[in-house]
Amino acid sequence: MSLSTLLFCLLVAAVVAFFIGFWRAKRLSPDNPRALHSRPGYHGGYLALATALPAILVLMIWSAVEPRFIQAEVESNLPAQVLEGSQGQIGLAMGVVRSVATGLERLSPAEVAAAKANPREAQRLFGSKGVVIASPPDAAIIASAEELNSIKSLSEIAKTAVAAFLAIFGFIFAFRKLSPNLRARNRVEQVIIAGLMAASSVAILTTAGIVLSVLFESVEFFSHVSIIDFLTGTVWDPRFAGAGDTSGDGQFGLVPLLWGTLYISFVALLVAVPIGLLAAIYMAEYAHPNVRSAVKPALEMLAGIPTIVYGFFAVVTVGPFINFVGSEAGLAIQPTSVLTAGIVMGIMIIPFVSSLSDDIITAIPRALREGSYGLGATQSETIKRVVLPAALPGIVGAILLAASRAIGETMIVVLAAGIAANLTLNPAESVTTITVKIVSQLTGDLEFNSPQTLVAFALGFTLFILTLGLNVYALYIVRKYREQYE
Amino acid sequence: MVDFSIEPGDLDHSFAASASPAGQQAPSYKVTARNVSVFYGEKQALFNVGIDILDRSVTAFIGPSGCGKSTFLRCFNRMNDTIAGARVTGEILVQGKDIYAPDVDPVQVRARVGMVFQKPNPFPKTIFENIAYGPRIHGLARSKADLEEIVVKSLQRAGLFNEVKDRLDGEGTGLSGGQQQRLCIARAIAVSPEVILMDEPCSALDPIATAKIEELIDELRENYCIVIVTHNMQQAARVSQRTAFFHLGYLVEEDTTDQIFMNPKDKRTQDYITGRFG
Repeated sequence: MSLSTLLFCLLVAAVVAFFIGFWRAKRLSPDNPRALHSRPGYHGGYLALATALPAILVLMIWSAVEPRFIQAEVESNLPAQVLEGSQGQIGLAMGVVRSVATGLERLSPAEVAAAKANPREAQRLFGSKGVVIASPPDAAIIASAEELNSIKSLSEIAKTAVAAFLAIFGFIFAFRKLSPNLRARNRVEQVIIAGLMAASSVAILTTAGIVLSVLFESVEFFSHVSIIDFLTGTVWDPRFAGAGDTSGDGQFGLVPLLWGTLYISFVALLVAVPIGLLAAIYMAEYAHPNVRSAVKPALEMLAGIPTIVYGFFAVVTVGPFINFVGSEAGLAIQPTSVLTAGIVMGIMIIPFVSSLSDDIITAIPRALREGSYGLGATQSETIKRVVLPAALPGIVGAILLAASRAIGETMIVVLAAGIAANLTLNPAESVTTITVKIVSQLTGDLEFNSPQTLVAFALGFTLFILTLGLNVYALYIVRKYREQYE
Repeated sequence: MVDFSIEPGDLDHSFAASASPAGQQAPSYKVTARNVSVFYGEKQALFNVGIDILDRSVTAFIGPSGCGKSTFLRCFNRMNDTIAGARVTGEILVQGKDIYAPDVDPVQVRARVGMVFQKPNPFPKTIFENIAYGPRIHGLARSKADLEEIVVKSLQRAGLFNEVKDRLDGEGTGLSGGQQQRLCIARAIAVSPEVILMDEPCSALDPIATAKIEELIDELRENYCIVIVTHNMQQAARVSQRTAFFHLGYLVEEDTTDQIFMNPKDKRTQDYITGRFG
């Protein structure tokens, strides 16, 4: 049986076991249900888990190990002249073996015999069944493919047998243990807790995995380019690298990219912080509850617009508009510039500032406001001198979160900031950012062995450190603030 | 329901008879309320209440939960204005001036009528800044030295100065509950109000801190008109000279504290102070 059929059978067995356990538990103490330590449902669950879980675990491990084992076994039996070749040639041969093995499975016995007799006929037959191979397979390859198929079918039979044995044994073992005193609930809950833990560790392990893979590629990059040159270089000129060309002549200076990133984020915050904060103050302090309940979701909708849409909004509308305003005023403002990208990005992060700040301002206890009103303070005095200072740590946290969003933003800057790595103070000129360069270094048909592509990982890692630092700091501030009022 | 609010004439008469010893001048009323009703949306919380409150004395409002005593108290500094949907009718005179007159700004009223709340609510600022807050917004201090003098004096009057004099730049929220409440009283005193309203000021405090606050209230009585809302009848008996009993939004009875506790006229007052309900 194939793996999916096996899993399905185990699932059905588990459901059956559940009902058997449920029924059995009810019969254990028909007169006095309270004599049972656990409710019948838990007995059912216990029986179901004992039936299916060990078999599923063994199947998972088996499926993980099986391909390696089979590959090693088949590889060792390849003809000597293939084994003497390079690692690449062995890999190529194994690929053909796998294709032939798939083809053989689709042929009738008569066709198999014909294929074995004549390699050209074999190639034609396989082709007619949808398996295309490059050259006529020789007898050795066909033999290896047959070995592969036989090991596979053997493994499948063994798998089925082991799973069936484990399921039956597990069922009998657990069924014999069913008694009024069985702590079935505790056992089932232990398994559930283990499942919950597994779910949460998936997220953590994925993060760790991403960080590690980026880190390793970055280390690889730094074996081509010195880390000091990368961090302090002021020229970004990676040069074009053709396939196979690993000579790293380009210059990989991070400074212009980092400058562009921080400059655009700064402009974005310059737009978002005042607007967001004032909107938050209006919503939290002055707006009628009905207005607030309409305005707040409307503002939050800004965060739901895909950033690529912001990107072409910037290119099609904001860029030309700023360019036009600039030319009217006698200033040369490029359509793709720090200003364009910064303003549009600022609009995008307004809801991060306004919505979080609004929540924080609303969370300031009413008692504080009344204390201030009670002393004869006006509403604006109360907001300026009591509410905002009390909310400040939280607001700073909100701004930092918005900043880290701005720094990591890609699509807007790809479209609106330009691609020239300038180191300039002039907001009317175009600059580029870390994210833009990651995109441009990875776009196209490239191999991951030259510094030109590997630099993307170093850039990604830099970006990750930057935003992680900001996020951690922001969360620390927000948490510290929360403690004050709880 | 019968209207139990006391007619102005009645009150003046009974008051003069009971509170003013023979041969002394007529009592000076700091606050006078007439026909005050309060609505929260459609719901009426207070029904035609009238009262006269003596200067330089403590008046206690007692009554079971939801009887309207806090609502009435919050009319005296127009604090009900800050609650959406709240409406006040009738007139309240502080020092002879109607604080609900159309030309009166509630902000001005609150500078003259200070308030201490149920839960201590110091601002998340330093002790000094907590006290200096009111004088600053009202421009009461001409110089830094002036401001310091106001802060020190207010803390002294609130009986807190000796405990905090070494840490005036420490956080106000870092004090103990009782100290925080005295800080709030000092904060209220700092703007030199004419009336101090206290809304169950000891309900969040332990007995020792409560005793200190009560002592303080007794001292402040010499200079201020104090109105205190309390759940605790012993407290009303200890600190107040006059007591008003509220029930279901009506002012049932108002008299000297001794009279209310020894010889209440109304059956409901009697039931309440003897612990039959409430």
